[in-house]
Amino acid sequence: MCLAVPGKITAIMGDNPLERKGRVNFSGIVKEVNLAYVPEAKAGDYVLVHVGFAISTVDEKEAGKVFEYLKQMDELQELEAGEA
Amino acid sequence: MKFIDEYRDAGSAKKYARLIAKTTTRPWTIMEVCGGQTHAIVKFGVDELLPRDITLVHGPGCPVCVTPLELVDKAVEIASKPRVIFCSFGDMLRVPGSKKDLFSVKAQGGDVRIVYSPLDALKLAEQHPDKQVVFFAVGFETTAPANAMAVYQAFQKGIQNFTILVSHVLVPPAMEAILSSPQNRVQGFLAAGHVCTVMGYTEYEPIVRKFGVPIVVTGFEPLDILEGIYLCVKQLEEGRCAVENQYARAVRRDGNRPAQEIINEVFCVIPRKWRGVGEIPHSGLALQDKYRDFDAEIRFGVAEVCAEESPECISGLILQGITKPYECAAFGTRCTPDRPLGATMVSSEGACAAYYRYRHYRAENPV
Amino acid sequence: MNKENSFTLQCPLSLSDYPHVLLAHGGGGRLMNQLIEKMILPEFENPFLKTRHDGAILPVAGGKVAFTTDSYVVHPLFFPGGDIGSLAVYGTVNDLAMCGARPLYLSAGFILEEGLPMDTLWRIVKSMKMAAEKAGVQLVTGDTKVVDKGKGDGIFINTAGVGVFEHDLIVGPKQIQLGDAILINGDIGRHGIAIMAEREGLQFESTVESDSAPLAELVLKLISAGIQIHCLRDLTRGGLAAALNELAQAGGLTFEIDERAVHLDGQVRGACEILGLDPFYVANEGRLIAFVAAEDAGRALALMQSHELGRGASIIGKASEKSPGQVTLMSRIGTRRILDMISGEQLPRIC
Repeated sequence: MCLAVPGKITAIMGDNPLERKGRVNFSGIVKEVNLAYVPEAKAGDYVLVHVGFAISTVDEKEAGKVFEYLKQMDELQELEAGEA
Repeated sequence: MKFIDEYRDAGSAKKYARLIAKTTTRPWTIMEVCGGQTHAIVKFGVDELLPRDITLVHGPGCPVCVTPLELVDKAVEIASKPRVIFCSFGDMLRVPGSKKDLFSVKAQGGDVRIVYSPLDALKLAEQHPDKQVVFFAVGFETTAPANAMAVYQAFQKGIQNFTILVSHVLVPPAMEAILSSPQNRVQGFLAAGHVCTVMGYTEYEPIVRKFGVPIVVTGFEPLDILEGIYLCVKQLEEGRCAVENQYARAVRRDGNRPAQEIINEVFCVIPRKWRGVGEIPHSGLALQDKYRDFDAEIRFGVAEVCAEESPECISGLILQGITKPYECAAFGTRCTPDRPLGATMVSSEGACAAYYRYRHYRAENPV
Repeated sequence: MNKENSFTLQCPLSLSDYPHVLLAHGGGGRLMNQLIEKMILPEFENPFLKTRHDGAILPVAGGKVAFTTDSYVVHPLFFPGGDIGSLAVYGTVNDLAMCGARPLYLSAGFILEEGLPMDTLWRIVKSMKMAAEKAGVQLVTGDTKVVDKGKGDGIFINTAGVGVFEHDLIVGPKQIQLGDAILINGDIGRHGIAIMAEREGLQFESTVESDSAPLAELVLKLISAGIQIHCLRDLTRGGLAAALNELAQAGGLTFEIDERAVHLDGQVRGACEILGLDPFYVANEGRLIAFVAAEDAGRALALMQSHELGRGASIIGKASEKSPGQVTLMSRIGTRRILDMISGEQLPRIC
């Protein structure tokens, strides 16, 4: 249950924390999203949006780990090939 | 698109596939819980990249599929009433009830509308004070914060003409039910990444301890699923079992606190019936007493409906990963997306629909 | 059996399945095809209908004409990049172009709902005039009716169109050959997303415009350059997937498509992701697929790209095998799957 899409916050409006809204950009499409559940999010952050609500900010550092791991594996394999 | 495209990279996918193949030395059966993951696996053909020793079974992570028949019938009944605007996510519109689905109600003049967010339904209620606006609140924990917020705001604003028809289910009890079944073959899980975004993953730690199975919190893009499978297989091969977080860019161990607070404010946990599976204790959500006025079942007094499933439909066995869709006698013949016998053929990420659409698997030629 | 009715027997579409018409019956997918194939076509079956093409190619004294009809019920009436009027003109022109004909004359029948603002009608009429000029056709006959308020969606437009042939090429589904290259003249999904951006409940801000456009000139340019075109089909409801599947079934062939060769505008992509839509099933109005002899593929691509309406053209696949009539897709991660016909309308999803 499951369709949550990452988008970039371009602007934040609203004072009431429960109705705090952001303009979120998805590849050029802009949708107004409720930010009540990501009080720490600021303009420029990426958030995961599900049915009009941001349910999480996207941690860019963690996001890169999938590829770092692959790179490590690559280097290891090259090493193994060299030793073989 | 950032945080999507890079996870669909062909080169990286093939690398992970090789890594999994190198790590696998014997057969393992892994279940992906979430329907969105099933959809991605079949659409991107992720399972085609895996060694033969890895069997993926598709779990009951499709809240559309598991919404009880009675609830669909109640939705149809309410939507057919005059002066009602019935709002729903698109997924639910073609789920067959005992006699018809919501789409047919629309065809016959009912005011049935697809909305993107429960807040859109709330807005409709504010715009149409002379009508009753009902929202079909279906979902797992991922959608609960949104549905809770709609009710919470309605309460704060004193909106009288808004109610929700609740069909919320919870994932951990379902996983326990599967693991407790004597027919269970699942040895490891890919947990639903977006459910865990909201709830965190502390609930899975006792399950790992009790059943000794690895659980990897996994995302939804092909690379996420491949990495999740790799981490799961690695644990199995090494004889370990623990909760691991593959989807760390979105999931934290404690999940989303503000979201959990609103869920607990508005909803309480109850036993729930899962279509095709039966009742699972502590597996559903209902409105707390304070918010009972927003319960559509109470507002419309829909009588207890007795509904019977098609005797041929084996959705329950599919949802528990015991049978594959093409092993069903009716698959592709008497049961197709045009004329579904059960919900797993209707929902876009129901296992049966996914196999039918993306593979044209027929009962006679399984792959 | 209905004894009152002296002619027919039982409705061929089992009434227990669909006692009422559903929206899905107009969605461009499997249900619509079933309605047409099982109920309507058998009643009128003749060699012209058998071709299952966008228009009929009719022999008349002195040669042949292409003849087509279409109806327009789009809502909202005005959308970014067009309106029901321009859509009606271009859609009809395109059906004739898909037969390889030069469109010449159109008719237009208006069914107006009581209460439609006159200004709305005027805007639509002006738009049709501009579209006709751009497409090089004349509106030569028409009809107007008004129905009671509540019995129409503002305005419905029915059109018919006539075109002529300036060449001997036979263009149709049965002409598709093994090895034919499949070309498309641009990116997909613009029309469907432009419409959705206007619709209540799914509102989002975008600058996506419908790709609605007249394609006859592009087609005739290819034909006059001697490209061996075997079949053409314009994409409408049901998207690229529907058009490919219809032709695969009509021709009894398998088409292999490469997902990486099918392009999407960034905003169309974004909208599809957030609504959970597969762009292959999203509507288009100014896109065609062309099946050309393999040896002409490169030349056809260059010609398309040199035309205003073909700048984003690409070769998306080929007719690869005999039977079964199906479409397979090579995904961007290098695996192959079936690209099926969808049952009814594609709905936004959250799961």
